Amino acid sequence: MTSTPIVRLENVRKQYGKVVSLKNVTLEIGANEIVGLIGDNGAGKSTLIKVLTGVEQPSSGTIYVRGQKIDAASYSVKEAHKLKIETVYQDSSLGEKQPLWRNFFVGRPLTNRFGFIDVKAEKRVANEIMRSTIGFRGVGIDVDTPVSRLSGGERQGVAIGRAMHFDSDLIVLDEPTVALALKEVNKVLDFIRSIKAGGRSCIYIEHNIHHVHEVCDRLVVLDRGEIALDAPTSSLTYTELTDFLMSLHKPGAAAAN
Amino acid sequence: MSAGAHVTPTRPNPVAGFFKIEGTATALVFLVLIVLFMITAPRAFLGYRVYMSFMASVPPPLIIALGLTLVATAGEMDLSFPSVVAFASYVFGFLFQQYDMTWLALLAALAVGTAMGFVNGLVVTKLGIPSMIATLAMMFLWGGLLTVMSNGVSIAIPDIQQTLLNTIMVGRIGGIFPAQMLWAIALSVFIWHLLNRHRFGENILFIGDSLKVAKVVGIQIDREKIKLFTLMGLLSGLAGVFLTVETTTYFNQQGAGYLLTVIAAVFIGGTSIFGGSGKVAGTVFASLIVAVIEAGLVASGVQGFWTRFYIGLVFIISVVMNTAIEDPDKVPLIKSLRSRMRQ
Repeated sequence: MTSTPIVRLENVRKQYGKVVSLKNVTLEIGANEIVGLIGDNGAGKSTLIKVLTGVEQPSSGTIYVRGQKIDAASYSVKEAHKLKIETVYQDSSLGEKQPLWRNFFVGRPLTNRFGFIDVKAEKRVANEIMRSTIGFRGVGIDVDTPVSRLSGGERQGVAIGRAMHFDSDLIVLDEPTVALALKEVNKVLDFIRSIKAGGRSCIYIEHNIHHVHEVCDRLVVLDRGEIALDAPTSSLTYTELTDFLMSLHKPGAAAAN
Repeated sequence: MSAGAHVTPTRPNPVAGFFKIEGTATALVFLVLIVLFMITAPRAFLGYRVYMSFMASVPPPLIIALGLTLVATAGEMDLSFPSVVAFASYVFGFLFQQYDMTWLALLAALAVGTAMGFVNGLVVTKLGIPSMIATLAMMFLWGGLLTVMSNGVSIAIPDIQQTLLNTIMVGRIGGIFPAQMLWAIALSVFIWHLLNRHRFGENILFIGDSLKVAKVVGIQIDREKIKLFTLMGLLSGLAGVFLTVETTTYFNQQGAGYLLTVIAAVFIGGTSIFGGSGKVAGTVFASLIVAVIEAGLVASGVQGFWTRFYIGLVFIISVVMNTAIEDPDKVPLIKSLRSRMRQ
């Protein structure tokens, strides 16, 4: 597909006081592709995602969604949702004490015109998502189970299932496998493949380069607020990728910036 | 487990099921206390009068506790309500005494309470002071302002008893049953729905659960908090009017006695001290518990000084129990006992 990209960031810069988190980033995410976003702590990954998903406004630069320029000042999480962009944060996507059904719909509940929630409908849909989209055959997990009783992998599944239910074209995953057991990691990688199979796109932020190399179509490396690499996964082997990342830390590379 | 057709393999445990229904644990404690006082103070507690007197006196603190339940669910606190209660009382009493206003006085008192709550919300969100401290300061500020405005004098309005407003708000149905209890029950039902079935309540639950989560799911945190404190002000104002109409007086310290008992009622009722979970039904029964302890101990011949001691005791035990039900590992004592048992 050579259609217009879902998102395009152009010369985006983000500054917190004197600290520059992003310098002049230009990045495109196309339709139905999984893009791996790699970078050290402080490279600007989180900031990039926050700008992309409306949590924070860029200091300068422009954002295009499906070719349309976005008014940065009014771009918010709600706007991003309307534009079918969803984010799954590693540890802050779900309310721990709240039941699953609330977590599926929070922020955009099914309500009547007085704002009262249709609990029955929400539970029914949540149940469907759990069974079909994310395939929970959970022992003892139902829509009334509070999130605090789910495993780390199950939580990611719920968050990804929620994003897919709301028909997002672009799902952003912020280090979904951090602190997960190996078996749980495989579950999450399967969730990511199901995003692609469902015809959607995904930005996958990860520390573990091996996982990224395994599931992503394209790799983007961020270094000190700038894009250091943007290439199809097939163009580099796993070893070449690690070598490249190591080279970023050599003093010579820093001087070149 | 194979087909995944049944997502709910519920183990039928009737006891656990019973306690899962909101407020049942608190209701049970209330019943035990009643039975206890029927034994220790049969003369008072076997007649109906004592219950009618509860139903006349419980509504004002209960109405405040309903609002505070929502505030605590959002992980916030409001300590300014005694001053808001007194302020609304004064406005109502003054307008009735000076201008013979009844319904307009009610509206004015509610408006004043709402406005004070709104200002509280602004101070908490826009100045960024933790609400416990901000509202403590606001309690002094509003209370001080009231003393200046009223010159510290009391207002007696015995004539209020001849008004329609009196009959509707605090009349005695069938000559015995206090109407304010019906209002309080209706309000409790409404607040329960607001918290558990309304968009606003859901936002509050997530704000109290985690500010980070609330932010990323697109909840406008400041706006919801301002609404919350405004509602708290409105309910405090309403409680103030109920109190004034029932007692036919306003005095400077009105509402001050509610500070500790209302907070106690909210947390005895099972609302989480960490936020993210609120129990409106629990608050209703806990408000009754606090009232019944005060009256029951005195009627049982225990010296009045002891009532606070026992409320404190029930308070500690309830909060520990509620926390343990939420997550046993949050209570260090239980946590270390459990880990020792596992060894």
